[in-house]
Amino acid sequence: MLYLGPPRDPGAPSVPRVARADLAPDWTARCAALAAEARDPRLCAFYAAGAPAGDTPLGQVELVAVDVETTGLDPERDEIVSVGLVPFDLTRIRASASRHWIVRPRRALDAESVAVHGITHSQVADAPDFTEVLGELLEQLAGRVVVAHCAPIERGFLAAACRERLGEVLEFPAIDTMELEARAHRQPPSVWAWLAGLFGRRAPVPSIRLAAARARYGLPRYRPHHAAVDALAAAELLQAQVAHRYAADTSLAELWS
Amino acid sequence: MQVEQLEILDFLRAHPPFAGLPEDTLRGVAAAVDVRYYKAGERILEFGQTAEWWFVVRSGAVEVYRRDGTLYNRLTEGGYFGEFGLLRNKRVRFPAAALEDTLVYQIPEPVFTELFENNEAFADYVEIEDRSRLRQVVSRREDANQPMTAKVDSLVGRAPVMLGHEASALDAARRMTEEGVSSLLITDGERGGESGGEDGQEGAPAPRVVGIITDRDLRTRLLAEGLPHDTSVSRIMSTGLVTVAHSQLVFEAMQRMLRNNVHHLPVLRGSQPIGVIALSDIIHHESRNSLFVVGNIFRQQSVDDLAALTADVRACFVRMVGEEASSRVVGAVMSAIGRSFKQRLLELAEAELGPPPVPYCFLALGSMARQEQLIVTDQDNALILDERFDPARHDDYFKALATFVCDGLARCGYSYCTGGVMATNPRWRQPLHVWEGYFSAWIERPSAQGLLDSGIFFDLDGVWGETAWADRLRELVARKARGNSLFLACMARNALLRTPPLGFFKDFVMESDGRHSNAINMKRRGTAPLADLVRVHALAVGSRARNSFERLRDIIAADILPRGRGQDLHDALEFIFAVRVRHQAEDLAAGREPDNSIEPEKLSDFERKSLRDAFQILADAQKFLKFRYQPGRAN
Repeated sequence: MLYLGPPRDPGAPSVPRVARADLAPDWTARCAALAAEARDPRLCAFYAAGAPAGDTPLGQVELVAVDVETTGLDPERDEIVSVGLVPFDLTRIRASASRHWIVRPRRALDAESVAVHGITHSQVADAPDFTEVLGELLEQLAGRVVVAHCAPIERGFLAAACRERLGEVLEFPAIDTMELEARAHRQPPSVWAWLAGLFGRRAPVPSIRLAAARARYGLPRYRPHHAAVDALAAAELLQAQVAHRYAADTSLAELWS
Repeated sequence: MQVEQLEILDFLRAHPPFAGLPEDTLRGVAAAVDVRYYKAGERILEFGQTAEWWFVVRSGAVEVYRRDGTLYNRLTEGGYFGEFGLLRNKRVRFPAAALEDTLVYQIPEPVFTELFENNEAFADYVEIEDRSRLRQVVSRREDANQPMTAKVDSLVGRAPVMLGHEASALDAARRMTEEGVSSLLITDGERGGESGGEDGQEGAPAPRVVGIITDRDLRTRLLAEGLPHDTSVSRIMSTGLVTVAHSQLVFEAMQRMLRNNVHHLPVLRGSQPIGVIALSDIIHHESRNSLFVVGNIFRQQSVDDLAALTADVRACFVRMVGEEASSRVVGAVMSAIGRSFKQRLLELAEAELGPPPVPYCFLALGSMARQEQLIVTDQDNALILDERFDPARHDDYFKALATFVCDGLARCGYSYCTGGVMATNPRWRQPLHVWEGYFSAWIERPSAQGLLDSGIFFDLDGVWGETAWADRLRELVARKARGNSLFLACMARNALLRTPPLGFFKDFVMESDGRHSNAINMKRRGTAPLADLVRVHALAVGSRARNSFERLRDIIAADILPRGRGQDLHDALEFIFAVRVRHQAEDLAAGREPDNSIEPEKLSDFERKSLRDAFQILADAQKFLKFRYQPGRAN
């Protein structure tokens, strides 16, 4: 169901500002702790870069939109087949600096997931293992705040890949554009409701899926399930959400988790 | 490493400035794009800031302003802005703001500059000099404009009928009768092909055409010679065939027939005949020719006959447009046709009413006098009468004459003038000295309001009778108007009453104040204000020309416009005329009643863009006119 027209009420953000900032984690401290525990040099460098303080205004935060395509939906069983990212901030989405990797999953691709992301057996056969791109990926994420539409997916799969391959912990601050959209429509953020929607149950109205959310802000329709395109789509959505519901001086802590 | 942003690449590929770029270049550009979202109302560019990007609207809508804050343009998906600053001093010249929630793709200056310098088509497309772009468009059309461009193959209605050379004259006559043709091609084969020579056996060589036989051959070479019916066709056929290639012009085919004194020409594609054209085919084709239409007007014996020619006039118009005649030629031809209708109606009127009691001159006014008439037009006319005119004795005659002509014109498709500028109006049916008095008063004691009604008389042409009187009036106008700054100021003021729109936005016409409308009257908003403006300058320089293009030539020669602006006006006039002409022809071809109103959705992107350029030229020229002919300013 498409909700027509962008929200026209920027004066009344439906976000309980103070309460949410209070709940936000202290990522500076968390990064320091994780840096002490990490053994892999790539992860050590990543944590050492730290995270911006929660009271940093959004306008000063370096962001990176991330999307992963996977063999399925369960981080415990399924694996990443591609990662796309786009660095950006509130004034410029650096599509020109976007990155895209195809990686070889340890689990075979099934026809269903190929149909979703369009990455084929022959493409993954020649692709590197996730560990081979991890260094470059972490360099791109270091010091930035991740933005994803349904961030638990990106967090879950990237953490699982590090845990299984390196026995390491990967955690990072993230802004979830889907969760921001759910807040705006006064619904509890629920990955499971969204997943249920994927499996044919009726999506809640208005839909907070990426294409529907974008349409509300007048953003164009992009083809879904290409990691670089989805990352770009999420970056554009966050700029739109901030333009309509927040401001450049909104503190990071109000948005991230 | 550059990642292909597929959405960006696909979007660019689908939009005109990028459409012609080589794939590698396009990919390079797509990989250099950055993106930004703007909420409705947010500023995108401020005047004077450093110009770093060229912007393409991905979704939403953007308004671009002039430095003084007035609206310059409004853009939607695929529109672009920012090139002006990039190409000049790297400072933003035209500020911009999001009109709707908008996503823009930004291309960095070095990438834009490289594109601009290395890709001529791209540079032409985004060229910031609107005027030079319109110049290119118009000159391209003018180059392509050759008279009589129809090709021979457009006349070929059917495959040739062929017969073997051993057949008899009787066979030939029967075959021609069956097929309803006036000629047969004779081949060296047994039977000839059936039709078209294509159904011979597989692999067998196509029969060779060795001669032609026509109705006339049967008459002169068989019957008149007393030969029997079983005479072989090879004895009476013409050999040494005169042929024409399918791609030659109809005009050339006609010349060939005349030069060789033949009435049939086999049409060849390569060495194969694809048909035969007869003189009658060419006559039929030429019946839509303007000269033929004009000739036909003078052969009609009644108003009913003349009214029946309306369809031919329209066909002639459509044909000229199809042959890409310049709108100036179309205007001149349609005016000549209109003039011929008037002349023939006057002949018929004199035949009915008897010879005129005193000499007279019938005047055409307005667009017909300027030779800029199109298919939808009012009649504007008047009568100048001899000085011996005595109303009591003569006016009944001239009233009847005027009524005959005006009613006749209305029946021939020239609707009555709603402003009453017709010879049936006694005010416009006066002796020469009264007319001289009218013009002297209009010029020497001008008022803008008064000239609103009489402006049309400043385009006048003698159509019939004592046409030297029309020349005298034009001479008087040229002499008195020049240097009369109050008169020129009034005329200029009236010429500014109708203004062009700013351009187009989505499927609307966009006005300078940002309002929208659904359709545009191309005459009222385009060609009419242009003609008005040109007339004021022409009067100021004492030009005797009637046609706007000829007036422009005089104006340019007098050097009163800023350099290049005369040519700009010429191009704008030609292009807006061309759009009017084409849309009227489309209406006619589709069986709709043609008019001057065009809905933007019927305009191609290219037309919108060029029209916008033309409107801009008109708007600028109007500003200059206002400045130049301010009351009290010496010219």
